[in-house]
Formats: sequence, structure tokens, C-alpha cells
Amino acid sequence: MDVLALSDAKVGSAGVVERVDLPDEVSHYLAHLGFLPGTSVEILRRAPAGDPRVYRIDGVEVGLRNETAKHIFLRVISDTADNLPTETIEAA
Amino acid sequence: MSCHVTAVAEPLQEKIPTPPGATPRMRTVALIGPPNCGKSTLFNRLTGMRQKVANYPGVTVEHHSGRMKSIGRNDLTLIDLPGIYSLATYSEDARVAVEVLTGKMPGVPKPDCVLLVLDATHLNRQLMLAAPVFSIGLPTLVLLNMSDQLEARGGKIDTLALARELGHPVALISAAQGRGLEAIPDFLLRAGSKLDDGLRPVQLPVLQSAASCRSWATQVTARTKYQSPAASLWTRRLDSVLLHRVFGPLFFLVVVIAVFQVVFTLGQPLSDGMGTFLTGAGAKAAMLLPDNWLRALLRDGLWNGVQSVLVFLPQILLLFLFIGILEDSGYLARAALIADRVMRSIGLNGKAFIPLLSAYACAVPAIMATRTIENKRERIATILIAPFMTCSARLPIYTLIIAAFIPNQRFLGGLLGLRALLMLGLYVIGFLAALITAKMLNSSVMKASHAPFILELPQYRWPTVTSLGLRLYDRGKLFLKKAGTIILGVTFLVWVLSVLPIHGGQFSALSTSVIGHLGHWIEPLLRPLGFNWKIGIGLLSSIVAREVIVGTLGTLYGMDPATHSLGLQVALRHDITLGGAIALVVFFAFAMQCTSTLIIVRRETNSWKLPALQFCYMTTVAYVAALVANQVISRLF
Repeated sequence: MDVLALSDAKVGSAGVVERVDLPDEVSHYLAHLGFLPGTSVEILRRAPAGDPRVYRIDGVEVGLRNETAKHIFLRVISDTADNLPTETIEAA
Repeated sequence: MSCHVTAVAEPLQEKIPTPPGATPRMRTVALIGPPNCGKSTLFNRLTGMRQKVANYPGVTVEHHSGRMKSIGRNDLTLIDLPGIYSLATYSEDARVAVEVLTGKMPGVPKPDCVLLVLDATHLNRQLMLAAPVFSIGLPTLVLLNMSDQLEARGGKIDTLALARELGHPVALISAAQGRGLEAIPDFLLRAGSKLDDGLRPVQLPVLQSAASCRSWATQVTARTKYQSPAASLWTRRLDSVLLHRVFGPLFFLVVVIAVFQVVFTLGQPLSDGMGTFLTGAGAKAAMLLPDNWLRALLRDGLWNGVQSVLVFLPQILLLFLFIGILEDSGYLARAALIADRVMRSIGLNGKAFIPLLSAYACAVPAIMATRTIENKRERIATILIAPFMTCSARLPIYTLIIAAFIPNQRFLGGLLGLRALLMLGLYVIGFLAALITAKMLNSSVMKASHAPFILELPQYRWPTVTSLGLRLYDRGKLFLKKAGTIILGVTFLVWVLSVLPIHGGQFSALSTSVIGHLGHWIEPLLRPLGFNWKIGIGLLSSIVAREVIVGTLGTLYGMDPATHSLGLQVALRHDITLGGAIALVVFFAFAMQCTSTLIIVRRETNSWKLPALQFCYMTTVAYVAALVANQVISRLF
């Protein structure tokens, strides 16, 4: 499967977070919102100006600017949101 | 006993450390949980108090305490804390929460037990906080909040199984509806008397990195067969319209214009009616008094001043009704998303948007709300520009001047009025001043920082009538209190100064009084702005608080024999030009006429430097802008 930056994934597509390449204090905050390797994420929509975009991670909607999302990488699973796996994480 | 966490080299967590010696009495209970999980709603339920609650993360930025009256535990103090994701702290509000929780906050007793509130609709994520909180070692009750939402959207939780997994008691509650709360007094009783709750201590992820907490949380929810609820269909549908490329910003604009339109079309008649009633009541009451100096003081001095502020109650309440609906519904976070583009272009974090938006009510809570901004420089920048946002204290002078000087002209079949448009214009210039100031700060003092924009979008909720009603009640009370204290006090002082000195048992005439002299002395400075000496006194007095100017003008015009019998609007129309009137509202759009704001900026930044700078800067901008406005308008019309 392809690994893509979150900011490059199409609206409506879904995948699993592969890694987060951001400074500690940012990745720490993101981790508590669910942005951790293994969590499934769906690209929900764009804000009217195109950026930030809204992601659904773990049942929660989070808005991120593309400048942040381009440092988060995901493995794309589907181009449409329908067949998204419901459970989210691999056992550590 | 369930031991399941891998890669742990530390000893087991003790559930309740048994204190040496006698049984200590329980005194303090801490309320902790992630942001926007409903802690303050629960706090209000348990204490009968009214801390601010709304539907976005980061409403509570300070710790508050109250007695747990509503459940009959007057002996216990409950501390409400800002929401946190973990015990690591990157922002000011989170630092407060962790310090109180660990007993390191000076002046706050270390809690004896903890109520951990989690949003039951996102348990996987919310449970991540449980491990670090348990590790503090205090007796903890886990409260899974928003049971109503969970059920409505088909989620399931086995609380007994979860309690066994966590080694701590668990209860499913709805703080908003008051359901399931009986678990709390029960827990407090057991925690106080060290009764065994039959739960065994469990091993927790001691490394407590986000990843280890997360995998632990996921394992726990999987083993207890937690079913997360389906996504709210309504939220998705609404967002596809409200965040739409075209309809989103359009809706945003319509909402803003509707607010101002309603303030005039609905608020003005109410306000006029109230004015008529108050004037009549004052005149009737005055007839009961003998015609002496006391009557003059009460009617011309105090009543005229206070009632000219009181009449703005309907407009203030309407404004807060709108703000309440926006905050409680969850739309505020969407507005922040829409506005991020603009915020970024001036070098501000999108997170600054929510404090800035709340500055439309009042700059004081807005400046406190900047505690959620992790980056120090961005926080200072946000504090500096927040008072440019048009707060509700500007509403009285704006509506007074607009109603007195601007014809009630309507466009678009009566939907849009000239008055509402001018009001919108005043809000826009305040916002522009904030933008330009931020831009200047960004390109000079504050080098652009790269704190990211990360914003949780809460589910939409219906604002409840009770919650809106309570907000309006509290707001109304606050406004009346201000009218009865600060405004009454300043009005009294203005009256005293306007009759002194006493010559041969006779009061001075207004223009030869102390205040008349003071006014005439500063008048040359204000003449180019189109202001006369009475406006000048109004400006001076309004440094205390912006509404005060209306009270002062009410008193001064009420005392002047020439305008004594006229209403304040008519008196103003006779006394200043259109240019001067517009210059006055422009001055108020920019000037820092608020002692409370200066004090809170001093407190939040720990120095007088910033508030002094802010005062000088804003007053200069206000003076220049008012000068330009008067000169331009008096040449045009």
C-alpha cells in the first residue's frame, strides 16, 4: 500500500496512520487526539478556504492545517470512506 | 487480578495509599478530565454554582472551587479544573490543572480524591488520561459522561467490566440531564471511610507515553466490549453545509449581520419602552420628595445617569443570547475553522480565534482564555489585540449615537437597515485594527512562530433553554450590578463635581462648576475631534468602564438647564455635529476605556509594561482615527 502525507490524501479517502514526524510538543498533543501509528483516519472535508482540512480520527473530528498534516503519513486503505475498519489499533 | 501491560519495569501501582495514624477527614475533591468532556457542567450540578459552560474545548482555564451542596455534602470542597490530555503540560491552563491535582498549587489543598470525567462517546481516546491520573494514587471515581449521547447513537459500555479492568469504580452519567449522579455521594462515602469497594488494584502502563497509554486504553475497551457510538449524522449533514465552500462563509456573514439587525429591530423598541417607563417612574418618585437639593441630586444626578445606561439592558441581553447559541451549539469551532485562513495571514494561530471571539462579549474572560495558547509570543500578541474586539460595553454608546444621528433607512425590502450596517462597520474597524496590530507585531517584535493549528470539532448540540436562560440571567444581573455600583458611583461623583464649589449656600452653575472648569480646560484638545467639553468629561469618566460615558452624559445633560427637559438622544443632536458623533463612536471602537482589562492584562503578564503600552497605543489610535473621521465627515456633509 502507498504511504502518503495526510495533506496529499484525497477528501473521502481513508487510511491508517503510519508515522508522525513533528516536534515532541506537537506530536504529543496530536497523539492524545488519536494521531498514533495504527489509528485509522478519514479525510472528511476541507474548510471553505481549502485549508485547514477536517479529519476524522477515532470518532473525533479534528481540523489541521496542511502545513501540519504534511508531516503525518498514512497508509491509504480506501478511496471512499465506506469500508473503513471499525477497530483502530494494533496491540502494542 | 488483571495484569496485562507489557514492557513495564516499574512496581505495581498501589490503589489507595493508607495514611499512617488516625483516619484523616476528607475535605477536597478534584474534578479532572480531558477538554470539553463536561466537567464544568457536572461541577455546576454538584455545587449549585454557575461556572461558564459551552460546547468547545478550553472553556475553563482556571481552577474554581465550591461546596458540594447539591448532593448534601457541604463539608466537601469540589475543585473544577481546566481540561487536560495528560499530565505533561504545554499550556498555562493545563499547568494549573496538574499543579492542583498533585497538591503543588500554593493556597489550594491537595485533593483527597478525584472524580475523573470522561466523554463516554470517545472512550478509546479519553481513557488515555485514566492511567496517569490513577498513578497519582488518590481514590478515583471514573464518570463516563454524556450517557444520553452514547445511547442515542447506539454505543454500549459495560461499566462493571470496565471497573474490574481499571481497578476503580465506574459510573455512567449524564451531567447535562442530571442522570446517574447518585454514584458520586456513594463513592465519596466509601472513599471517606476507606470501605472496600471490592475492586482489586490493577497494573497500569507506567511508562505513560502517549503510545503506551493508547494501546492500554484500546485493550481495555476491547476487553470490556465497548461499542463506540456511530458518528452523529446531524453533525455531518450540518457541516457539509456550514463548512461548504460557498454556503459556509455566506452563512457566517448572515449570522453576523442578523445579530446586529436584531439588536436594532427588536432591541431598540424594547429599549425605548424601557426608557419611557424609567423616566416616568423617576419623575413620579421625584414628586414625592420636597423640591430641594436632595431631589436635584436624586433625579438629575443619579437617576438620569443610571437610567440612561439601564435602558440598554435589552440590547445587551439579545447580544448574549446570540453568543450563547453560537457557543452552546458547537458552531464556534466551525467559525474558527473558517476564519483560520485570515488568522494565518496575520501570523496568528487559529487557536487565537476563540479567545478573540469571546472578546466580543468582554475582553476580560477573553484575555484569560488565551491561556490555552501554548506559544508565549502568540499569547501576548492575542492579549494585545483582544481589546480591539467590540465588547458588549461599547454597545450602549454605539446604539445611543446611532439611534440619535442615523436615520432608520432600510434596504432589501426592510431586511437590512442603515443603522445595523453602521454598527457592523464599527465592529469591522475594531477587527481591522486588531488584524493590523497583529500584523505589525508579527513583522517586528514577534517573529512568526510555528505553533500548529489543531482544533477539535465538537458534535453539534441543541442549546438548552435552561442553559441560555441562566446565561442571560447571570449577564443581566452583572449588568444591573454594574449600573448599581460603578456607574452609580461615577455618576454621583460627576454630580458632586458639577455643583461645587458652593457660593453663599448656592450650587454652582454647570459651566462654572469644578467639572465645568475641568471640561473647558481639556476642550481645546478635543475640539478638532468635534467633541465639546461634556463629551470630554464623558471620555474621562469612561476610563473606568465604557458604559460609564452614557451615565455621565445623562447626568450632565440632565443638569444643564438648556437640555434639562430633553431626552439624551435629542440633547446630543442639539449639541454635537454628525462628524463629532461619528468621531465619538470611532474613538470608542479603538480606545482602551476599561480598567478591568488593564488589571487583568497586568495579572496575566505579571507586569505593568504591557497594559501601559496597550493603553497609550490604543488611545493614540483612537484619537487619530476620531480626528480623521470628524474632519472627513464635516467636510462631506
